[in-house]
Amino acid sequence: MSNAIIPLLLDSLASAALIFFAAVGLTLVFSVLRVLNVAHGSLYSIGGYVAASACLFIASRQLNPYLSFAALLFSAVFVAAIFGPLIERSLVRWTYGKSEAVQILITFGLFLILEDLQRLVFGVQSLYEDAPMRLLGTSSIGGVVYLNYQILLVGMAVLVVVGLRLLINHTRLGRLITAVVTDREMAQSIGIDTNRIFILAFSLGVFLAALGGALSTPTSGIAPGLGADTMVLAFAVAAIGGLGQIEGAAVASLIVGLARVLAIYLAPSLDAVAPYAAMLVVLLIRPYGLFGSVTARRI
Amino acid sequence: MRIILTAAAVLTLAVLPVAAPWLQFVLTLAIAKGFAALGVAVLLRAGLISIGHAMFFAASAYGVAFLAHAGINDLGLLLVLSVLVAALTGAIAGAFLVRYRAIFFAMLNLAVSMVFYALCAKLYGVTGGTDGMPVPIPAVFGIIFAEPAFKSVLFYLSLALMVLVGLAVQRYLDSPLGHALSAVHTNEIRLEYLGIPVWAVLLIAYVISAALAGLGGAISAFAIGRVVPDFAFWTASGHLVLIAVLGGIGGVPGAFIGALFLELLHSAAVTVTDAWNLIVGMALIIVIMFMPQGIYGLFARKEASSP
Repeated sequence: MSNAIIPLLLDSLASAALIFFAAVGLTLVFSVLRVLNVAHGSLYSIGGYVAASACLFIASRQLNPYLSFAALLFSAVFVAAIFGPLIERSLVRWTYGKSEAVQILITFGLFLILEDLQRLVFGVQSLYEDAPMRLLGTSSIGGVVYLNYQILLVGMAVLVVVGLRLLINHTRLGRLITAVVTDREMAQSIGIDTNRIFILAFSLGVFLAALGGALSTPTSGIAPGLGADTMVLAFAVAAIGGLGQIEGAAVASLIVGLARVLAIYLAPSLDAVAPYAAMLVVLLIRPYGLFGSVTARRI
Repeated sequence: MRIILTAAAVLTLAVLPVAAPWLQFVLTLAIAKGFAALGVAVLLRAGLISIGHAMFFAASAYGVAFLAHAGINDLGLLLVLSVLVAALTGAIAGAFLVRYRAIFFAMLNLAVSMVFYALCAKLYGVTGGTDGMPVPIPAVFGIIFAEPAFKSVLFYLSLALMVLVGLAVQRYLDSPLGHALSAVHTNEIRLEYLGIPVWAVLLIAYVISAALAGLGGAISAFAIGRVVPDFAFWTASGHLVLIAVLGGIGGVPGAFIGALFLELLHSAAVTVTDAWNLIVGMALIIVIMFMPQGIYGLFARKEASSP
């Protein structure tokens, strides 16, 4: 039994790491901007498309294959630098302080636009280039063979949790962000440039999503529809952890990953149901998520 | 004035397929989606936004397919039973969901509908998986029509239902129970102090909205002749919310105007480009930013300003 379940466990840990990248960006944007970005999943898939195209380009020109690692990271930076400020300035900022319905609808409109833009730019066929995964090879511990790339993914996710914690608790920018999250008006009145914080936080969220998408391409490739699927998964993970909770998102992606393993092990046809079922159970018991705090009821 | 306008609009719809037969299918689907969007709009009155109503749409559509396979072969009976299936699903889901508000309501609806979607897609033995299930042509009062004739019957039945159900929903929204919905939106606690059970008000609204979505789903199932899990995917729910908002959350006609507008725009756009969602997305953003009352609001304002 253990021989069957350990590779499965690592497999689901790796996919949990990918979902975590998408979910943590969503949750970060929500806590700073108070906007639930329904188009977040599209940014994940755009990151994937850009990264896959870059890796395919490197492979076709027979450049040094190790460049594709840089390409993965650089595509995420590229997507964040272009789409982050653009989307925040042109659309999202109009929804600050508006009702959730307006925010959800505006970002849903953006989601529709981005999904079609991807089809127009990258076509409808799937892109797949696994050079980064092949380069890292496999290693065998205790007779079980692992893909080193999957271990890298989990490591990257841990790095993101630690990095975000350090950023928020120990840097000036982090303190400014905390101030804006705690009391937006007060932060503004003591001279914090909230617009700048919003752009930075949104772009950081886009970067994390695009990074997840980019890192996902070597293992699973990329095809149309990924954005929509990722969106609901990221939603589910962010909600289980409690919207706005970074560590919550990490724990929640583990829960979702484990729920998937259990589902594959017990009822293989139901693995797609597992994340949502987990979300449902958690939210029915704790509506504000595992780590979320109860906010005052509106009078 | 309103009656004349509505009558004129319904008559125009009734005559259109005679002039352009290809429109009949588009209009049937538009009316079906209009019903579902009306369901979403009912909940929007209470400030509750559901990104999961495609589930009831699909529940009823699958209900039609299952009941037809079980041997029930009457259009009227199938419609009534499948709407009941949707309403029952709505009652069960609603009993849990109406305790939540705002984003949590939206997300829980999403979660429930995605569980439903995943089940439909994965339980290959029961639902046919992503291939879906075929819906045979049923008898209408014992008469079995050929396919084109049945589609016409379905269209005119939908049109009649649109008027009847529309009037009924209008009555409901004008009743104290309906007004309580906007009261929930403005100030929920005040309602409780007045002795009105908010939970019951919302649950009734939820069941009604699920039944409306179910009616739309059943009509779609007959019109398309096949039921697939994509009926329940979350983007379908998003489109329903979009239609409700396009039409404006003001009135019952709004949902149908929004659906007609979107479906006609769709069939016009696909001949030019396949970047159809791009156009819809832009339209949605423009409507929300510049016409918060929706397309219906545009007409209503003109009506109000003219003497």
